[in-house]
Amino acid sequence: MIPAAFDYVRAGSAEEAVAALAAHGDEAKLLAGGHSLIPLMRFRLARPAVLVDIGRLADLAYIREDGDHVAIGALTRHRAVETSELVAARAGLLGEVTSHVGDPQVRHRGTLGGAVAHGDPASDIPSALLALGATLVAIGPGGTRQIPVDDFFCGFLETALAEDEMLTEVRIPAADGATWGFEKFNRRAQDWAIVGVSAVRRAGGDVGVGLVNMHSTPVRAAAVESAVASGASAAEAAEVAAEGCEPSEDLNASVEYRQHLARVLTRRALEAAGL
Amino acid sequence: MEISVTINGRAHTHDVEPRTLLVHYIRDSVGLTGTNIGCDTSSCGACTIHVNGESVKSCTMFAVQADGEDLLTIEGLADGDTLHPMQESFRQCHALQCGYCTPGMVMAAVSFLEENPNPTDREVRLGLEGNLCRCTGYHNIVKAVLHCAAGGEQ
Repeated sequence: MIPAAFDYVRAGSAEEAVAALAAHGDEAKLLAGGHSLIPLMRFRLARPAVLVDIGRLADLAYIREDGDHVAIGALTRHRAVETSELVAARAGLLGEVTSHVGDPQVRHRGTLGGAVAHGDPASDIPSALLALGATLVAIGPGGTRQIPVDDFFCGFLETALAEDEMLTEVRIPAADGATWGFEKFNRRAQDWAIVGVSAVRRAGGDVGVGLVNMHSTPVRAAAVESAVASGASAAEAAEVAAEGCEPSEDLNASVEYRQHLARVLTRRALEAAGL
Repeated sequence: MEISVTINGRAHTHDVEPRTLLVHYIRDSVGLTGTNIGCDTSSCGACTIHVNGESVKSCTMFAVQADGEDLLTIEGLADGDTLHPMQESFRQCHALQCGYCTPGMVMAAVSFLEENPNPTDREVRLGLEGNLCRCTGYHNIVKAVLHCAAGGEQ
């Protein structure tokens, strides 16, 4: 279907984009790669009056080392993350998870920042950011601020970003020597995960676990992390994977089935991470 | 809004509505109808073209986003009457039945081989994950891609 009409603004800088957001309030949406937004607009589930195109802000497409972090510009395309040697060496889980997003065409256009800012609980990438303990950098009229990933996802398709804020960078604490597992359960190639699990075990032994599609937001499996920290085995820790989650029910899965999948997939992801 | 794009080596300038999807622009304004519209939900890949050399679903991009970019559609793949090696491989391996998915399948396959010139059977299947063939003729499509990767020998 053809999307509803909108006014198109092409931003020449992050500051221009933020100014356009401030001018148009909740009427405006940012357009990066468009691979979350355009499908919604075609179904007319989203009808923004103004689209602010930030897709040409090449200075926000980068992957670099920044002290003990890997810093990735919000407009970095999935393909670049997936094939980055730096990401593979220092944040390998994110590279692995990104290679499961959509399909090659989607990964050529879709951006890391777009996927994160969309806040879809069924998206793969937030689970990796939760597991890795990422920090998100946003710019607004008052300057930039850093948001821990644990405070970022607030509700269904809702994030901590204000109406006039834009995500500029994803910062990942370097996880050199970490081992990880990513389990995505779906029925058909290229589908969204019915349930997915990202697990990482850092060289020091700390374990992070993020869940896909188990709650109205992307969510950390905090109970699993505590169980592991207390010495539980992968199988024991995975038993509490669904704790605190309120998954939805849909054509693909009942609540009970999702809880079951979370336990099974968490065990597999922890085992793949070397637990 | 006025946009200028290069399609198959030729420059085009048109005035488009911002909401015009790239696939509609290519088909209706430029008149290149080789790029098919299948699902219209970013799923089937029938509308796959190349934007700056990479496969993209042209139903999931606005024409204004392609302003200034270099596009390649199925019409630009062959060299005159000489088929592109991927087209030739599809022909030789009988990699199409009804043919509707074929333009997108070929464009996706060409982009895939540029990124992975010597793929395994499994890698081809994953690489074409974004393209559906409702005749379910995947077996020969995968064969054609491997045939092309091997240089097109019998």
